[in-house]
Amino acid sequence: MHSHSASTTADIDIPQLSSSTKPSRLWSVIAQHPKFIATIILLISAILFLTVNVHGHWDFALPLRGKKLLALMVVGYAIGVSTLLFQTLTHNPILTPSLLGFDSLYVLLQSLLVFFLGAISFTSLNLIAKFSLEIVLMFGASLLLFKLLFSKSSQDLTRLILVGVIFGVLFRSLSALIARLINPDDFVVVQSASYAQFNTVNPQLLGISLFICVVSALFIWRWRFKCDVLMLGKAQAINLGINYQRLAFGLLTVIAVLVATATALVGPVTFFGLLVCALTNRMARNMYHSERLILVSLVAMICLVLGQTVFEQVLGMAGLLSVVIELAGGLVFLALIFMSQRR
Amino acid sequence: MSLFSNHTTVDIDNPSSSLPTAQSRWQRNISSYPNHKPRHTKIPPWLINTASLIVMALLVLLSLSIGVADFSWSGIFHSLINHSANSDSSLMLVSRLPRTIAIILTGIAMAVAGMIIQVVLKNRFVEPSMVGATQSAALGLLVVSLFFPASALIIKMGVATIAAVFGMMLFMLLIHRIPPTDFLMIPLIGIVFGGIIDAITTFIAYQTETLQMLSVWQFGDFSSVLAGRYELLWFTGVLCIIAYIIADKLTIIGLGDNIALNLGISKRHVTWIGVGMVAMMSAVVVVTVGMIPFIGLIVPNIVSRIMGDKLRRSLPAVALLGASAVLLCDIIGRSIRYPFEIPVATVFGVVGTVIFLWLLLRAPAES
Repeated sequence: MHSHSASTTADIDIPQLSSSTKPSRLWSVIAQHPKFIATIILLISAILFLTVNVHGHWDFALPLRGKKLLALMVVGYAIGVSTLLFQTLTHNPILTPSLLGFDSLYVLLQSLLVFFLGAISFTSLNLIAKFSLEIVLMFGASLLLFKLLFSKSSQDLTRLILVGVIFGVLFRSLSALIARLINPDDFVVVQSASYAQFNTVNPQLLGISLFICVVSALFIWRWRFKCDVLMLGKAQAINLGINYQRLAFGLLTVIAVLVATATALVGPVTFFGLLVCALTNRMARNMYHSERLILVSLVAMICLVLGQTVFEQVLGMAGLLSVVIELAGGLVFLALIFMSQRR
Repeated sequence: MSLFSNHTTVDIDNPSSSLPTAQSRWQRNISSYPNHKPRHTKIPPWLINTASLIVMALLVLLSLSIGVADFSWSGIFHSLINHSANSDSSLMLVSRLPRTIAIILTGIAMAVAGMIIQVVLKNRFVEPSMVGATQSAALGLLVVSLFFPASALIIKMGVATIAAVFGMMLFMLLIHRIPPTDFLMIPLIGIVFGGIIDAITTFIAYQTETLQMLSVWQFGDFSSVLAGRYELLWFTGVLCIIAYIIADKLTIIGLGDNIALNLGISKRHVTWIGVGMVAMMSAVVVVTVGMIPFIGLIVPNIVSRIMGDKLRRSLPAVALLGASAVLLCDIIGRSIRYPFEIPVATVFGVVGTVIFLWLLLRAPAES
């Protein structure tokens, strides 16, 4: 503790504090360096995830858990970053792509593909070809949805969210309807795509997703300053020389791709992005994207890795993480609504 | 946070544009009960009711004749003449007729419950599953089935009703501070609230390995309705008659607090009676056939657009249209992939959401 505090006094402007106020000082250190703290917590939870309850056979357990860890981190990155960018694009801190039905759209596309191609040709499609086809469809469809949602009812936030939520219900009902129309073997294929699963991750998809994450990260990092400007509002951003159409199009592409990636890996989760973005906005020192993009990825990864460790190894109920995340996220959503009401 | 809080609402860029008037006009049309003038006063209610009664009778005949087992109307006719039971008449009495009656009663109950909750909350966009009633009923049913699996059906129903009342109370506490002008916020909060209760229920069911039992209540489906397994639904018919008797009082509650006070109606009492009735109807439907979303939302909206909000006049139409809607969706569900069956909740999930989206999106065009 001592060496830690000594190393950090250099860059904080806080006078020497007495030992009685140690908690607040510790808090200020944390508050000054959320990224580093988050990295440390993530490292600890990753190590815990890899090592807790391994009885012998490390060479078997480590690769298996390593793959799962990687998948959780990819999903955390994809959901966290896509939600943050979506909030920037829509100028709204209580929106997430999932809330407007974007990931149930992915599940619907999945069901439609099975419906038209049949399960056998669906599963025998080249994985890369299939995934790129899905992403192209996903992008086109979410562009349409985005257009519809933001041209008709953009003046009225509540109506926008309500319409989005109902679209989500519609997509889910349509998927369920298609699932009933196809034969039982195909049904299993669709069923496995429509529930959030943190336990079984398709290892082949992991490589593609990792690649997508790296490429998207490069683009997003190049746009981080433009995103900062975009947060001032559409009119201001255009005034300040941002090519709004191009940036919005690019952001929407990245969001659609990331949502598709996350949904392909674990299935739809409605409120997770909202949860981690709310946490990030609480923790971040400023609203710059260079800070928050990193932080939101870290926070999302921590939530998933630590949550999975606790649920799987400590409590022994692996399947419940997604339910708990939905519960917590739903409560955060209500809290955000009531906070904005009081304003 | 400071940068973001500037942009919590989208309309920050044009604060004083045409928006306020457009919104208030839309609101006047939809959610204000005083001075509400129905737009199509030309069609008298009896004509609408007769027409929908004929439609419903046709749907009943269709519903009775669709099914996997062989069945002929002439067989029924013969058994009626000879006063003897044959395979056709027993099929009719054990399966087809109970199913059709159950569908009619469910449709009536959900539509009337939706109408009552819309009037009590003075909001056009709510229904029992958007105020946490059906989800709470399922939670209560799950809990009582876990702790007292052998208890009588009536006790399970009672617990489900109490749970539904509690869920609605919690919801009404939640929305207490929401200004009534923000009329779309209430269904939004209701959907998330229902989702939270659903998540708790799923959590418990997962832990106790009763997910399969739960899915029966979460997906409304008439395929398991046989004679002896639906009779509880008649109770909702009784509740609907009570609703018709107190219709005027409910209408006055819907007119606003001051008017109710002036006319000497205890707002609190009537509200609680309304909430209790909605809870009971939802609980009975969940216990016997499962959740069917959106009926309680769509049907009252359509009827009040045609006939206005005077409940004594519109309740019969709401009941008839509700029954016809569920009959139609059940017939679709049974015939779209014959001989297999699609749960009516799934069919209504698609049809209902499309109509609801239309109601939501077409609103600005009116002004």
